[in-house]
Amino acid sequence: MSTQLVLLAVLMFAATYPSRALPILAPGIERLPPRALLYLRLVGPAVLASLAAANTLVGKTSDGAPVFHVGIEILGVVACVLVVAWRRNLLFGLVVGVALVAAARFAGLA
Amino acid sequence: MSASAIPSPAAADLRTARRRLLLDTLGIAVSVAAFGLVFGLAARNAGFSPIEAVAFSVVVFAGASQFAAAGYIAAGLPWAPIVVLTFFLNARHMLYSASLAPRFREVPFAQRIVMSHVLTDEAFALSAAHFHRIGRLDVPGYWIAAIVGVFVPWNIATIAGVLLGGAIPDPSKFGLDIVFPAAMGGLAVGLATGRRELVAAGAGAVIGTGMSLVIGPALGIIVGGLLGPVFGMATPVRADVARAPAPESEMAGRAVDLAEAELESLAEDFSFGPGPEHRE
Repeated sequence: MSTQLVLLAVLMFAATYPSRALPILAPGIERLPPRALLYLRLVGPAVLASLAAANTLVGKTSDGAPVFHVGIEILGVVACVLVVAWRRNLLFGLVVGVALVAAARFAGLA
Repeated sequence: MSASAIPSPAAADLRTARRRLLLDTLGIAVSVAAFGLVFGLAARNAGFSPIEAVAFSVVVFAGASQFAAAGYIAAGLPWAPIVVLTFFLNARHMLYSASLAPRFREVPFAQRIVMSHVLTDEAFALSAAHFHRIGRLDVPGYWIAAIVGVFVPWNIATIAGVLLGGAIPDPSKFGLDIVFPAAMGGLAVGLATGRRELVAAGAGAVIGTGMSLVIGPALGIIVGGLLGPVFGMATPVRADVARAPAPESEMAGRAVDLAEAELESLAEDFSFGPGPEHRE
């Protein structure tokens, strides 16, 4: 059984781990000024919203270029977000969002 | 029942929060498993052996770059550009790491080394929302999010995918392709508890989408995550209240800068000691 690509996995780990670890392992993070801590607190909602929006609204052309995409996925994501805002229950929100999209696709609407 | 058997309100709150975290984790785990199956299949189609596929999921443990690598290997691309691409695809993890770092500072260094490796989009989203709800660090909560929610389902599904091959249906048929963005959006809502967080999230979404169209999602998402907070910080907490005298202040009649007060309380928020679970 081939194990050649295990080395590539190790190299990819070496390219990924510093991003994940440096701030957590670096000393002195507790001495950051309050404004820097506020900035870091706001990174969470900003980057998660950025991920959600880009994953929903940006598709790819056949040659891999990014393109603005409007599809049924928006309905599912918005439904989930609204349910979470209303009920504070992520699982319920995901079930509603997935059910909406699956139903639309089975019905041939998307 | 003895008095010592009665859980304290803090312990009961923690149990409630962990129960909610587990429920949230369940939704994420289903999606992670579905795409782990697809990665296993993609790796098999790209010529990976089961050992190589599992090595990717355990050692790299980063879905987007794993999928990209499988595609590039299938296309015969050399390793160097794959490694460079991996760096850019996963650079956003630095934002997560920086965001969690103030809470992790009391965690033993050896434990932080392992915690860093399992820091993914989903682990960050679940644990940040959990910490935000309880107002402090909860190390077991982090492991629930990162290991139970992501690492275990991703790796089991990878093995299943590489072994089962073509018997796997396309997750998008069942709408599971929206679970990832929907979960990220839902967890962002959980973190957006004030005006500044809301503005940061809105700006992050708009900038992230716009920049993804211009420079691609790998970097566009990072730009959204970096610039969103700047807009949040520029938002006054509550302009009408911040400029008015604080009626319940001991210094009634003297204007109180609530923005500064929030910063002070934030500094205190990050200066808490380790919780009882962490001290164990």
